[in-house]
Amino acid sequence: MGIAHDLGLVRLGRRLPSPTRALRARSFPLRAPTVPGGVEPLEAPARTGTGFETAWSRRWPARMCRAAIVEGPMRAMVQVLASPRRRGADRLADLEGAVVFASNHHSHIDTPLLLTSIPEPWRHKIVVGAASDYFFGSRAAGATAALVMGAVPIERTRVGRRSADMAAGLIDDGWSLLIYPEGGRSPDGWGQTFRGGAAYLSLRCNVPVVPIHVGGTGAILRKGRTVPQPAEATVTFGTPLRPEPGEKAPRLAARIEAAVTALADEAGTDWYSARKRAHAGASGTLTGPDVGVWRRQWALHGRRRSTPSTRSRRWPDL
Amino acid sequence: MAAERRKAPRPGLVLDVDRSTPPILFHHGEGFRLERLPPGRSRIIYPAEPLAGLSDPEAAIRDALLNPLDSDPLPSLLRPGMKLTIAFDDISLPLPPMRRPDIRQRVIEQVLDMAAAAGVDDVHLIAALALHRRMTDDELRHALGERVFDAFAPQGALYNHDAEDPDGMVELGRTDHDELVTMNRRAAESDLLVYVNINLVAMDGGWKSTATGLADYWSLRHHHNVGTMLNSRSFMDRPRSELHHSNWRQGEVIKANGPPIFQIETTVNNNTFGHDGPLSVLQKREWEWSARDRASFMAMHTGLKAMPPAACRGVFNRWLAPYEMTSVQAGAVEPVHESTTANVLAQHLVPVQGQTDVLTMGLPYICPYNVNSVMNPILVMCLGLGYFFNLYRGRPLVREGGVVIMSHPTRWEFHPVHHPSYIDFFEQLLSETTDPAELEAKYEAQFATDEWYVHLYRTSYAYHGVHPFYMWYWGAHALKWLGRVIVVGGDLRAVRRMGFMPASTLSDALEMASDVVGPSPTITHVHNPPILMADVE
Repeated sequence: MGIAHDLGLVRLGRRLPSPTRALRARSFPLRAPTVPGGVEPLEAPARTGTGFETAWSRRWPARMCRAAIVEGPMRAMVQVLASPRRRGADRLADLEGAVVFASNHHSHIDTPLLLTSIPEPWRHKIVVGAASDYFFGSRAAGATAALVMGAVPIERTRVGRRSADMAAGLIDDGWSLLIYPEGGRSPDGWGQTFRGGAAYLSLRCNVPVVPIHVGGTGAILRKGRTVPQPAEATVTFGTPLRPEPGEKAPRLAARIEAAVTALADEAGTDWYSARKRAHAGASGTLTGPDVGVWRRQWALHGRRRSTPSTRSRRWPDL
Repeated sequence: MAAERRKAPRPGLVLDVDRSTPPILFHHGEGFRLERLPPGRSRIIYPAEPLAGLSDPEAAIRDALLNPLDSDPLPSLLRPGMKLTIAFDDISLPLPPMRRPDIRQRVIEQVLDMAAAAGVDDVHLIAALALHRRMTDDELRHALGERVFDAFAPQGALYNHDAEDPDGMVELGRTDHDELVTMNRRAAESDLLVYVNINLVAMDGGWKSTATGLADYWSLRHHHNVGTMLNSRSFMDRPRSELHHSNWRQGEVIKANGPPIFQIETTVNNNTFGHDGPLSVLQKREWEWSARDRASFMAMHTGLKAMPPAACRGVFNRWLAPYEMTSVQAGAVEPVHESTTANVLAQHLVPVQGQTDVLTMGLPYICPYNVNSVMNPILVMCLGLGYFFNLYRGRPLVREGGVVIMSHPTRWEFHPVHHPSYIDFFEQLLSETTDPAELEAKYEAQFATDEWYVHLYRTSYAYHGVHPFYMWYWGAHALKWLGRVIVVGGDLRAVRRMGFMPASTLSDALEMASDVVGPSPTITHVHNPPILMADVE
């Protein structure tokens, strides 16, 4: 499964005549040898997944190309689909150098939205942590993600040494990182528990984490949909969080999640009310109530800001 | 290079002009002039370079709130169920408006965060604008930020002070000089009044914040008058300012009968035009202009000359200064203000030996009362003879009977929404007399109580009817002190209407000045802005 599969490219590829199929039909030595039984074959270096090489995408020609894409078609697409309202960028005024941006994640539109929202000087010197098993499942998909979004492969099921070393090296080189600590898009509109990657990198590289809340993108292109539908989105930047002396990754991850939760509250109400609830520990949760599916959906429906709609729903989105 | 400048900013400089001194930059409204000053008898006072801003302003603000001067920490003053009012300086500070985040936003967000932690529900925010025009929603949004604006404005808890609201003002008492003290009712009846200030010049802050910013005409008239101005030497030097003495007396009444006040004062550096960027050349010394600076200046100068005045104004009004906060102090009004003033003077003060016969000044496009507006002739007079003339400590820069030469287009134009009473003042009153005392005696009360002006002040975006009088009084000390005032490059009719002499060039103006101060007078040019204050020995 991967983005190519989601977009139907795999099926399309099977139907088209393949130039390599004929070659593959030929016998050795025109094709690769088969491995004799009982022999352990040499492990070929991985060229997809976390092994996908993205250094080329951070050289000037690719950066210029990406900047043109981000400021041109990507910005236009985001404007048409999301009409974004961006708030809180002034909280970044005192920041300098590399930063880890940590955002909740609802939709494929989140990354274009954030790439066009994150202010300078970070916008064009940023890499995006993308799921190695999803975006880098094939070389073509990986190359596209690396060129268009500046994606780098991140192991999302665990903190893998290879992807962690690579991300830390990039941050040390002055690149900022956009990462989704939930590990993937929301399956049902509610958030997921934050994992430790953003906190780990912040602690390891001693850089601040900027919490970001993205709202409304689930209505544009939620997980499982292939056709986007225009809706209004909000991006709220939070106050940068710095690791405290002696702080461990799980605690920092919890602080990041709490900050994003408070931003979600702020985006849905107003700043002062949200601060009062945050101080009282009553900001709610990103992950929603621990109840049955339909009740979670029902609660989610009530949480959404009322937006003009052409059709009225009597039943929740399931 | 910019970082080096910030690390070791040079103090102000008094340059004796010689034959090798390049032409000197004069601000000229929404444009510039390059003028040569006579060598051998001229000097130029340059402001100090911008002091380093605080490296972590947020932490500095928090520290000030938690460790205030002569006061308990702010969190201990906050409790659930209390009535909290936060008043803040209006659009007249700083000048030009600063880049986001504005200092008011930084401070107020931290104050509100502490109030939120304490569970304070009843919070009002008031722009303490006295008799200035109301701030627009966009201006409030810029000063306080989106978060504060969106949280309070929709509920009507963020608004402009209204000095003419019959139910909105309260009398707190009278000073021992029989000066009435009034205050905004909401502020006066609060359990705590937090005042958030930006000190751009030494005149700002202290008891002037609350005793002026939240007062009405009947209270202000005790210090905003000709007598006070004539007895202030100068109103930028608080110990010698009758304006401040009166405010401090009113402060005693507020202390006795008003709400508890938690004063937060901040200072900014001189980084008006930036270390880099298109206007950075304006805060460099002329002999240090690089080829790039010269090219950018010529491009700017040529472009501005080709543009109509309104377009030039639009360009400059979009400029937001990259000011950096140099200090923040909080607590009781007096000790806070002492510390603030010291920080302001550390940036502005330039020692100067002796007075001069002729003082020249290039007046820029902005003064406290024309932000996003038009610099009308009365404001030109106020900026030159009120503010720039009074930026001294000790003695005026120019000797008694000397001449001030100001450079400004001084167009006969007014913003009809912001300055309606200015138009009548200029066209009807100044044609009769330019004597501040006579204007005060004959017309002030009429303009101050005019119902139409009051209506415009309360419901539109107009300065109060009495405001042009105050602007004229601001120059009263200079008008009495000087032998002649000459305006270079100004509109002839407008300049003459104010009782000044127009000149088309600086050479002509110097020639005209010699009629008053004699041949070969000494000349001093104040290279302002960025702001400097002469410490005249």
